Amino acid sequence: MAEGQKTIEIEVLRYHPENDTEPHAQVFEIPFTDDMSVLQGVQYIKDHLDGSLSFRWSCRMAICGSCGMMINGVPSLSCQTFLRDYYPARVRVEALAHFPIERDLVVNMEGFIEKLESIQPYIIPREARTLSEGEYLQTPEQLGAYEQFSSCINCLLCYAACPQFGLNSRFVGPAALALLHRYNADSRDGGKAERMELVNSEDGVFNCTAVGYCSEVCPKHVDPANAVNQNKTNSAIDYFLRFLAPKGGAR
Amino acid sequence: MSKRRPYVRSMDGWWRRNPYFVEYMIHEGTALFVAAYAGILLAGLVRLAEGEAAWNAWLAALKNPWYVGFHLFALAALAYHSFTWFKIMPRTMPPVIVEGQRLPAWVITGGGLAAAVVASLILLGVVWGMVR
Ligand code: SF4
Ligand code: FES
Repeated sequence: MAEGQKTIEIEVLRYHPENDTEPHAQVFEIPFTDDMSVLQGVQYIKDHLDGSLSFRWSCRMAICGSCGMMINGVPSLSCQTFLRDYYPARVRVEALAHFPIERDLVVNMEGFIEKLESIQPYIIPREARTLSEGEYLQTPEQLGAYEQFSSCINCLLCYAACPQFGLNSRFVGPAALALLHRYNADSRDGGKAERMELVNSEDGVFNCTAVGYCSEVCPKHVDPANAVNQNKTNSAIDYFLRFLAPKGGAR
Repeated sequence: MSKRRPYVRSMDGWWRRNPYFVEYMIHEGTALFVAAYAGILLAGLVRLAEGEAAWNAWLAALKNPWYVGFHLFALAALAYHSFTWFKIMPRTMPPVIVEGQRLPAWVITGGGLAAAVVASLILLGVVWGMVR
């Protein structure tokens, strides 16, 4: 490193399943410039100090959602978090909380992918239309009902912020329920009844105890806590409507 | 053979890991004072039903410094509970649309807090009027 170069320490939680029985911390000292993101910091480690360090990233601009990490204990996108905000103190990075660690900063997200599939994240048309009938029309109000919930980039920061998911990994969780709500609230969609089965289930919205931290850490202002809590009301309505029009048991 | 061995971290002491979780736990904890206070009022009602002597004994018991201390503590706990409750409220409600615009979170929180303060003052005024 050049003489007079400023440096900063990054403490990384390492875990290599082939050698380690459990994760352990390792500290690296890297050159510091005030335009460096935490992601660039760990990239420096990989390129110059230890090529075996594993982490995910792609876009470097807070849009792909792959670079999530715990940074000083806070779920953050590492490409959007800057070392200058911690300098000269040491920065601690760790794989996203509440997920199994696959290797170093890489988590196992299989469970989330399954949940994503289970909510049927696509429009199930309310009524079939032929091409000749033209496009579906929506008013600005109808768009407003779901637009914010469609901004999710699947970064999983909200899961790392949710202690209820940490305690019960079967909980469908904030992002998947926000996306579920995005489709249920869409005027073109007719799949609500099917999705409500999941909302009402053991793994559904009532696992949420309104901690609210998920919405706090969301980089896209999706406000997943709001989607989950709106669906507690929807679930209760669904429950009482069942007495008026019975349609079979719940999961 | 796969070398995969995903490591699951412990959740022990999770609520101490983040100031946000600490606040949440205090919020939930203060709810016990709401229940305790409801219990005290209910006991008063039972004593009232038992007759004048029982009622007066209950009133006298309330004057015990321990009880007064508890009430002050409960008041602080309830104030904290209401504050954090209204703070989270905008996240728990369907959007409120006024003239085509979504009502901002601070208006909902502020409105709730203002309603709580006004209700408390009215109650205080009524009780004040009764004891004088
Ligand atoms: S809801 Fe927000 S925090 Fe959660 S995965 Fe989507 S973008 Fe990330
Ligand atoms: S690298 Fe794509 S969101 Fe950070």
